[in-house]
Amino acid sequence: MKKLLTAIVALLVAQSALAGVKIEHWVSPTGARVYFVESRVLPMLDVQVDFAAGSMFDAPGKSGTASLARAALDLGAGERDETAIAEQLADIGANLGGGADTDRASVALRTLSAPDKREPALAILRSVLHSPRFDAAIFEREKARTIASLKEAMTRPDAMAGKAFWAALYPDHPYGRQATPESVATLTRDDLASFHARHYTAANATITLVGDLSRRDAEKIAEAIAGGLPKGVAASLPPPPVLPKGSTVALAHPASQAHIQIGMPAIERGNPDFFPLLVGNYTLGGGGFVSRLMKEVRDQRGYAYSVYSYFLPLKQSGPFQIGLQTKRAQAQDAIKVARNVLNGFLRDGPSAEELTAAKANLTGSFPLRLDSNKKILDNVAVIGFYGLPLDYLDQYQAKVQAVTADDIKAAFARRVRPDDLITVTVAAD
Amino acid sequence: MRMRHLLLIALAPWLLTPALANPYEMTLSNGLRIIVKEDRRAPTAAQMVWYRIGSMDEVDGASGVAHVLEHMMFKGTPSVGPGEFNKLVAAAGGRDNAFTSRDYTAYFQQVPNEKLPEMMRLEADRMRHLNVDPKEFAQEIKVVMEERRMRTDDNPQSKLFEQMNAVAFQAHPYRRPIIGWMSDLENMSAADAKAWYDTWYVPNNAYVVIVGDVNHKEVFALAEKYYGALEGRALPARKPQVEPAQDGARRVNVKAPAELPVLIMGYKAPALRDADKDSDPYALSMLAAVLDGHSAARFNKKLVREDKVALSIGIDYDATARGPGMIYLYGSPSEGRTVVDLEAALRSEIARVQNEGVSEQELKRAKAQLLAAEVYKLDSMFGQAMEIGQTESAGIPYQKTGRMLEKLQAVSAAEIQAVAKKYFNDDTLTIGILDPQPLDNKARRPTVAARH
Repeated sequence: MKKLLTAIVALLVAQSALAGVKIEHWVSPTGARVYFVESRVLPMLDVQVDFAAGSMFDAPGKSGTASLARAALDLGAGERDETAIAEQLADIGANLGGGADTDRASVALRTLSAPDKREPALAILRSVLHSPRFDAAIFEREKARTIASLKEAMTRPDAMAGKAFWAALYPDHPYGRQATPESVATLTRDDLASFHARHYTAANATITLVGDLSRRDAEKIAEAIAGGLPKGVAASLPPPPVLPKGSTVALAHPASQAHIQIGMPAIERGNPDFFPLLVGNYTLGGGGFVSRLMKEVRDQRGYAYSVYSYFLPLKQSGPFQIGLQTKRAQAQDAIKVARNVLNGFLRDGPSAEELTAAKANLTGSFPLRLDSNKKILDNVAVIGFYGLPLDYLDQYQAKVQAVTADDIKAAFARRVRPDDLITVTVAAD
Repeated sequence: MRMRHLLLIALAPWLLTPALANPYEMTLSNGLRIIVKEDRRAPTAAQMVWYRIGSMDEVDGASGVAHVLEHMMFKGTPSVGPGEFNKLVAAAGGRDNAFTSRDYTAYFQQVPNEKLPEMMRLEADRMRHLNVDPKEFAQEIKVVMEERRMRTDDNPQSKLFEQMNAVAFQAHPYRRPIIGWMSDLENMSAADAKAWYDTWYVPNNAYVVIVGDVNHKEVFALAEKYYGALEGRALPARKPQVEPAQDGARRVNVKAPAELPVLIMGYKAPALRDADKDSDPYALSMLAAVLDGHSAARFNKKLVREDKVALSIGIDYDATARGPGMIYLYGSPSEGRTVVDLEAALRSEIARVQNEGVSEQELKRAKAQLLAAEVYKLDSMFGQAMEIGQTESAGIPYQKTGRMLEKLQAVSAAEIQAVAKKYFNDDTLTIGILDPQPLDNKARRPTVAARH
């Protein structure tokens, strides 16, 4: 080990800074899309496999299937029970992680790249993907734990606000349906097994590899992963979300602080409005301590510790959201301030100075987006899963630079309409 | 944070040999230490400025002032206006923030490497030239109160933890919350914050850690240029405020709107003082890894998976701290089980370690995880800067981190059993229980177990 690591240091000294990220892409013989970035500096490898198997694919009334299916994958697979999986991974210092969101279910392996570590780690990864057991007794245990944590979440003002927000934005779309204690109670281990069989397929998979690996080995590893999956067909999407009318949802809670979320469905991944919205939102509420929302809500009035806005582009139209927490008695004032900031921005767009500052930060900080294997993995996995152009990262700074104030005003006018905004409050007076 | 999360450099002792002197260190004549670790993987750099001053240095009636001052550090100097600091970092394509702990206050920027000199200029400026403007203070103290509401008052687990520490410690300032009691915040003035700054923000009470694609000689020259002119000053004596020995178990109950009960069992434990001579903190760190280092480690396997008495379970032990140590066991009981059941189950697991020890295989596994984690940690420049800074903050020289790793790898099963016998002692135990209340504040649920 020590000898190996001495070699790393030599590499650290020898290797000059990488200019960009070179993504190699191919489609495996079985149909999975593969993305590979070779990075030899550290003796480690990350492999992430993403499936179109997020909660949007839960059957009506069966909300929670995708999440539980993902969680149960490594609780017994093939010849190994849950204990053997965890112990064998620990023995070689490998970590298996991931999770499920609305769109994606991810399984992510981080391992040392030495073959005596890498090969057993990959064997476990394949087994977990190809032949999870969904053992009935373990399923019942995890179901009970899930129900308990859902009940707990329903007592938390932030979780209550989040759930109510998505439900109000997407009343007739799977994005609005969320796991409840009742929906999870109806699930069986067979629901999980059939969800896995249908969605964890090669046609539905993207495989991202980053680290100390040759192209040839990357091809072998990817094909061994994809080859053991059913071929399947690419996921079909539900009809896109219908824009709901603006409304307010107010939930009671004894908390000292109100949680406030304001927003509407706004944009899907890959839409050209993304860059004007990204640059514009930096000024509105994305730019951390220097945004207009931060200045007006926090600095000028001391109304909140955290206040922000963002666009979350998803497979289908994901939300625009403004969020903040404030003393419950001043919730209505804080909402007024936030809405005024938004309205002013929609009316005038950013000033020339603000636009310059936004571009300076978004382009200048670009190296910070890619200065670790983990960050490269996250970026490339998104490019792969959402089918963004392979030169997305190369083009990023130029696309930011090309945005004009008029582009921003026009894109915001298309995507954020004050009359359609939905406001959710929890614990507001 | 646990010890095994803290040792970034620790497991890279080859980086510390004379032939490869990385990281590099110098001390300016004003007492400010500069530690530079060159890492050329990507054209970025992280600067962290660590002040040896945290909430444990506060006095009663002024709790929270260390953290409030941290907020005020962004409110301007004669040459950089209020809010300008953040603007200049953002314009440089950087990210910045700060954090306050019991032991230290730290500020950081992550930037493209060519922007490092400007970041050093900005940090040097606010090290000695801060304006604590009463108008800015009046707004910012409200922000801090909102932060307290968000992090503690409306967060049942945090509230429990706050109450528990207030009971576990009576003399030592770890009894006070970092964010401060609300009443102290309500009565704090700009003058209090200014006095704190004037007393403690001097170069001889700080050190700078820089990690990234930089040349250490150039960084040292920049440090001389920007930080070199600042004047050092003698610091006031710090009273030890030693916590007297605890001679009997303590209990605290907290009621809050929630669904799940929470149990925390905290035992007094040692913290690392001498990286070479001490041994118990290493054994306790490995004990925590054996009990809770992966999903089939003892606690999760037995209590969550097999016996299903817990929904979740965990251990927290931080071996590096300026003040006294604690080892915390915490969890929530499953539906139909109570905190009494969970406490009994935890106690029987503790007894199992005390009576039977741990297996060689369990120990070997924990050590393998530790070694791999050291490689993974090199993936983050910021993480490497944190590692150096936190080790130093506890009074342990970062050069000792290699030695600390060796000591961890050398811990034996017998030593683990011995520390389990020595420190899982009811006389030094504090038990905290979160007693969940319905949201409508009416009658308590009858299913919740009776409590003391």
